[in-house]
Amino acid sequence: MNIIVCIKQVPGTTEIKIDPETNTLVREGVESIINPFDAFALEEGVRLRERCGGKVTAVSMGPPQAEAALREAISLGADGAILLCDRAFAGSDTWATSYVLSRAVAKMADYDVVICGRQTLDGDTGQVGPELAEMLKIPFVAYVSKVDDVGDGHMRVQRMVEEGHEVIEIPLPAVITVVKEINVPRLPSLRGSMKAKTAQIPVWTGEDIGSEPDKSGIAGSPTRVVKVFFPKRTTKSEMIQGTPEQQAEQLAAKLEGVV
Amino acid sequence: MTIRIDAEKCTGCGSCEPVCPFGVIEVVDDVAQVKDGCNLCGACVEACSFDAIAIETVEQEVAEGHRGVWVFAEQRSGKLKTVSHELVSEGRKLADKLGTELSAVCIGHNVAGVEQLISSGADKVFLVDDPSLADHHEDLYTSVLTDLILKHKPEILLAGATAMGRSFIPRVAAILQTGLTADCTGLDIDPESKLLLQTRPTFGGNVMATIVCQARRPQMATVRPHVFKMGQPDQQRRGEMIKVNFNGESVTSRTKLLDFVEDLTEKVKIDEAEIIVSGGRGLGSPENFQIVRELAEVLGAALGSSRPPVDDGWIPYSHQVGQTGKTVCPKLYIACGVSGAVQHLAGMQTADCIVAINDDQNAPIFEVATYGIVGDLFKVVPILTARLKNSRGQA
Ligand SMILES: Cc1cc2nc3c(=O)[nH]c(=O)nc-3n(C[C@H](O)[C@H](O)[C@H](O)COP(=O)(O)OP(=O)(O)OC[C@H]3O[C@@H](n4cnc5c(N)ncnc54)[C@H](O)[C@@H]3O)c2cc1C
Ligand SMILES: Nc1ncnc2c1ncn2[C@@H]1O[C@H](COP(=O)(O)O)[C@@H](O)[C@H]1O
Repeated sequence: MNIIVCIKQVPGTTEIKIDPETNTLVREGVESIINPFDAFALEEGVRLRERCGGKVTAVSMGPPQAEAALREAISLGADGAILLCDRAFAGSDTWATSYVLSRAVAKMADYDVVICGRQTLDGDTGQVGPELAEMLKIPFVAYVSKVDDVGDGHMRVQRMVEEGHEVIEIPLPAVITVVKEINVPRLPSLRGSMKAKTAQIPVWTGEDIGSEPDKSGIAGSPTRVVKVFFPKRTTKSEMIQGTPEQQAEQLAAKLEGVV
Repeated sequence: MTIRIDAEKCTGCGSCEPVCPFGVIEVVDDVAQVKDGCNLCGACVEACSFDAIAIETVEQEVAEGHRGVWVFAEQRSGKLKTVSHELVSEGRKLADKLGTELSAVCIGHNVAGVEQLISSGADKVFLVDDPSLADHHEDLYTSVLTDLILKHKPEILLAGATAMGRSFIPRVAAILQTGLTADCTGLDIDPESKLLLQTRPTFGGNVMATIVCQARRPQMATVRPHVFKMGQPDQQRRGEMIKVNFNGESVTSRTKLLDFVEDLTEKVKIDEAEIIVSGGRGLGSPENFQIVRELAEVLGAALGSSRPPVDDGWIPYSHQVGQTGKTVCPKLYIACGVSGAVQHLAGMQTADCIVAINDDQNAPIFEVATYGIVGDLFKVVPILTARLKNSRGQA
C-alpha cells in the first residue's frame, strides 16, 4: 500500500504572544513544528504500512526550511519525503495549495491513500484535504477517527460528526483527513533519526510538477487577506466578591439574566 | 499581487517594522526588506510616511452575471440545523445591502419545516428532496449543489462551519475554482466594492483576518454556528418554494455509509450548545467532574473540558474545547478550574458571556471573563448548583 501524508510546518503557537506595546505578534523564540494534526496523519500512515506493507511518503509545500519538518517525518517512520518549493508557490491560499499538492500527488502516480491532518494551526481552515481530493477526482472522507479495515481496493473508516460517528466504506485511492482521536503518535526511533540525518529529500519546483504559474501562489489564489487586526477584548470583567455563599448567590442572580 | 519597496524613497526609518503583524518587514542596510510570509495586508503601507511601500494589484476580471445570496440549509435526520436559520437571518442583511434576493438550498428527504426558511428571511427555497439524499452522501450533495450554483449563478454562498459543511463545501469550491473562507465569525459588504468581507480568527484566535474573494464567483464562506443570531421569524413573509428534481442516475456516491452510531452519552452536544460548563485540571480528579456535571445538568448545558483532563483520560476528547479540540460559541460559558491558556481561549473566547471560577486571581481566564469569581470551585460550584436548582424548581 502506497501512502502519501501531507504535512505542513507551522509555528509552534504555544509561544505566540501579543506585544501589548506594539500590538503585534511576538515571533522571537517561536520554533517551527510539524502541524500537530499532521503528526496523527503521519502516524496513521506508518501504522497502515505496518499492517499492509508498502511505503509512506511525506509531502510538504513550503519554504526551504520546511525540509526540517520532512526530516522529522522520516525520523517518525516515513520512508521518504518530497519538498515542494518554488517562489511561485509563496502566498498560496487553500485553493492554490491544494492545486500544487494535487499536481505533486499526480506526479507520484502510484498511490492508494493520501492522508491529511484535520486542519493546520496557522491556516486553520481544514480545506486543503477536501479540495485536494476534488482536484484529484478521488473519493474523500473527513474527520476519520479510526481505520477499521483495509481490504482489496477499499477501506472501512469511522468518521466523527457532531452527533456521533458514521461508518463509511471508501474505495481506493482516496483522500482522508484524520482527527486526534485516531492514534497516539510514537516518538522518533533511533533508527529513524539516523535515517533522517542522511536521507535525500528531493525538491520539486513548479516546473517539476507541471503546475501552471497562474494557478499557484498569490496569482492562483482566489482569496486575499485585506486586513489583519487584533481582537479587542471589550469585556470588562466584573469580579464577584464575598464568601463562597455570597459569590454563588450573586452569580446565580446574574445568570438568571443571561439564560 | 506583490509588495514593492521603492529604495529611493525609503529612508530606513523603520516605522514599518513594528506594525507588521507577521514580523516579516525589516530594515537592512537602511532599506526596508520583506521576507517570506508577507500576506500583503498593507499595514506597512499605511505606516510609511514616505510613500515608499506599495502593494501592486493586477486587476482580475470579475466573473460576470452572478446575482443573489445563497445559504446552504443543512439538515440531519430530516431536521434543519439551527445554524441554517442563523445564516438565513444574516444572509437577509447581506442581500438587503446588495439589493438582491436571498435563497436557501435544502438537500435531504422529508425535511420538516422548510417553509420556516422563508419566515426566517429567504425569498426562495430550492428544495431537493429524494430518499437517496436523506443521509449525508457527500458525493451526491457536492454534485447537486455544484449543479445548482452553475445554473443559477449566485454571487455569495454561505454554509455552516459544521462537520458536514467543512467537509463538502470545500469540494464545491474546488470544482468551481473559487475562493472559500473557513469558519467566519464576521460578514459584511464593502460599501464601495460590494465585495463580501469575511472575517475569521487565525493563529488560534489571536489574530483576526478579513478576507475577500475579488474575482471568482460565488464568494464562499463557512460560518461558525451560534455567531449570528436567529432573527424573529415572520410567518407573514411570502416566498417561493422551488422543487428541484434529483436525477439519481447521473450521480452515484462512491463512498458507502454503512452505519451511523449516535453518541448517546451526551445529553447536550457541545457544538450546538447554548450553555457550556467546562472543567479543567483544577478539578483534581476524574470523580470531581461530577461537580461540574451537576451544574451542567441544572442549566441544561453541555459539558466541556480543557486539554489536561482529556489527556489524562478523565473525559472523552469530544469534550475538549480549544485549539486542538472544538471551537464553541455559546451564550454562556462557565469555566471551573481552567487557567485560560491561549490554546483554550482560542476555542471559547467568542462566547457571549464567560464566567470564570478559579482560585488563582492571576489566571488569564479572568482577562476574558464577563464575571469572575476568585475562589475554591469545590465550595462555590455546589452552592451555585443548589441555588440554581432551587430557583428553577428542580429541588
Ligand atoms: C499545540 C498545543 C495545543 C493545545 N490545545 C489545547 C486545547 O485545544 N485545549 C486546551 O484546553 N488546552 C490546549 N493546550 C494546552 C494548554 O496550553 C494548557 O496546558 C491547558 O489549557 C491548561 O488546562 P487547565 O487550564 O485545565 O490546567 P491548568 O493550567 O493547570 O489550570 C488549572 C487551574 O485550576 C485552578 N485551580 C486549581 N484548584 C482549584 C480549585 N480548588 N478551585 C478553583 N480553581 C482551582 C488553578 O489555579 C489553575 O488556574 C494545548 C497546548 C499545545 C502546546
Ligand atoms: N503547505 C502544505 N503542505 C503540505 N500539506 C499541507 C499544506 N497545507 C495544508 N496541508 C495539509 O492539509 C491539512 C489541512 O490544512 P488547512 O486547510 O491549512 O487547515 C493539513 O493538516 C495538512 O495535512
